[in-house]
Amino acid sequence: MEAILFYLTALVAIVSAIFVIKCRNPINSALNLVSTFICLAVLYIMLECPFMAAIQIMVYAGAIMVLVIFVIMLLNLGSIGKSSNSRGMAAGGVLAALMLLLTNAFLRRGDVSGTGGEVTSELIKSYGHTELIGKAMFTDFLLPFEIASILLLVAIVGAVIISKRDV
Amino acid sequence: MTPEVLTLSNTPLLYTAAMLVKVVVAFVVTLLIVAYATWAERKIIGRMQTRCGPTMTGYKGLLQPIADGLKLFFKEDIIPAQAHWFAFIIAPMMILAPAFISISVIPFGSDYQFTYDGILYSVPLQVTDLNIGVLFIMAMAGLGVYGIVLGGLASNNKYSLIGGIRSTAQMVSYELAAGLSIIAIFMLSETLSLRGIVSAQQLPLWGLEFLPSWVHNWYIFTQPLAFGLFFISSIAEINRTPFDLPEAETELVSGFCTEYSSMKYALFFMGEYANMITISAIGATLFLGGWDGPFFSWMNFLFKVFAFMFVFIWIRATFPRLRYDQLMFLGWKIMLPLALANVVLTGFAVLLWQ
Repeated sequence: MEAILFYLTALVAIVSAIFVIKCRNPINSALNLVSTFICLAVLYIMLECPFMAAIQIMVYAGAIMVLVIFVIMLLNLGSIGKSSNSRGMAAGGVLAALMLLLTNAFLRRGDVSGTGGEVTSELIKSYGHTELIGKAMFTDFLLPFEIASILLLVAIVGAVIISKRDV
Repeated sequence: MTPEVLTLSNTPLLYTAAMLVKVVVAFVVTLLIVAYATWAERKIIGRMQTRCGPTMTGYKGLLQPIADGLKLFFKEDIIPAQAHWFAFIIAPMMILAPAFISISVIPFGSDYQFTYDGILYSVPLQVTDLNIGVLFIMAMAGLGVYGIVLGGLASNNKYSLIGGIRSTAQMVSYELAAGLSIIAIFMLSETLSLRGIVSAQQLPLWGLEFLPSWVHNWYIFTQPLAFGLFFISSIAEINRTPFDLPEAETELVSGFCTEYSSMKYALFFMGEYANMITISAIGATLFLGGWDGPFFSWMNFLFKVFAFMFVFIWIRATFPRLRYDQLMFLGWKIMLPLALANVVLTGFAVLLWQ
């Protein structure tokens, strides 16, 4: 049952990811990207990370993609004509094929799946996923968390400075 | 005898039946409220403006929503020649779906108990209790923007486009204030599940034991500022007067839905009212104690939802529309700092209380 659901979600995710790059119309691309994000959220739920799923939809589908569509609307981007750069396309294809081979090799050699850890399904069920993430973020990973927040703060200050006429 | 909670493992058949009944009831009741909210809105606004509202179709005009629905259903469905047809078609669905999905996590009553085969079972009157309920609702509210944005963008009409742009900016900025005001709530309740938030509100007010037992800890008493912020930003999020700039009919014909006709227009209309119901239900659950109250649990809940909706309609009859820069000023320079300050204050209070 879960496998069927996974394959279905993965199929939709991959098909819409292909449409993101294949669509001539930027709006259709953006919509397909939203659908990919929602599929990723479903995958997070299947991995028993409901908090991550909700944040994924809230931040990516709900905020970032809305801004992307906003920009598309403001610039009034139309359809893009077919690019004639066949050499670039060939190079991209070769690169993608190499990446695929490399990923496949890593996946076959790695033994990530099945390794146990402290966080098990039972722990998530009894304790709550949000609580676990919060605890981990503010105890074990406090320094990376603070660094990330300072990085974001710098970005916000930068945005304010850029958009202000006289600093 | 403590009742056994109905789950998929102990009684699969009964559980499935109960689940289906809950889904159907929640859906049908929401649809009915959507239909009759249009009637109530016309009637109430009519009375407030010393008119009668609809009177001819049925007793006191009660069949008016059905007549409107039939009329729209049989109209010609026009898709403009230059429109992005895909986005144009799915936009009305994208505004309606998130509103209905959000209803699924809202508890609309206390546990319902019944005996079957000599065993006492209890069914929570809630379609599903996610332990990230509040975040789920916020995520769905974020997705609700797409309907309006796409509708405005796909129509290939300048008024629609301006309506869409306005709604994007408005919703993104007011969602922040709404989200931050809700954060203060779950700092107090220490859970993200809506069921948990409702049961946290049934304790005595502020933990004072000497108060009469019917005074409960509804978060509107503890968090009046958060309630005000949530209320204002929810009006902005569902695009109602005084924040209905995306469809300001005096400036933009009818905004993002200018080019829509027939059932698609009806879907936009239903979406507006469905969103209104969802926001009212969320407000009732988070701030007014959910189904807590003197009558049957679901009656209390519906009563609170209707009270919210009445205030929304009342505001529409009373207030003029804001100017666009006033709207942005209010959102970013007043509501957002207030919401942030409220979160910080609540944090200190929680720390001191412990």
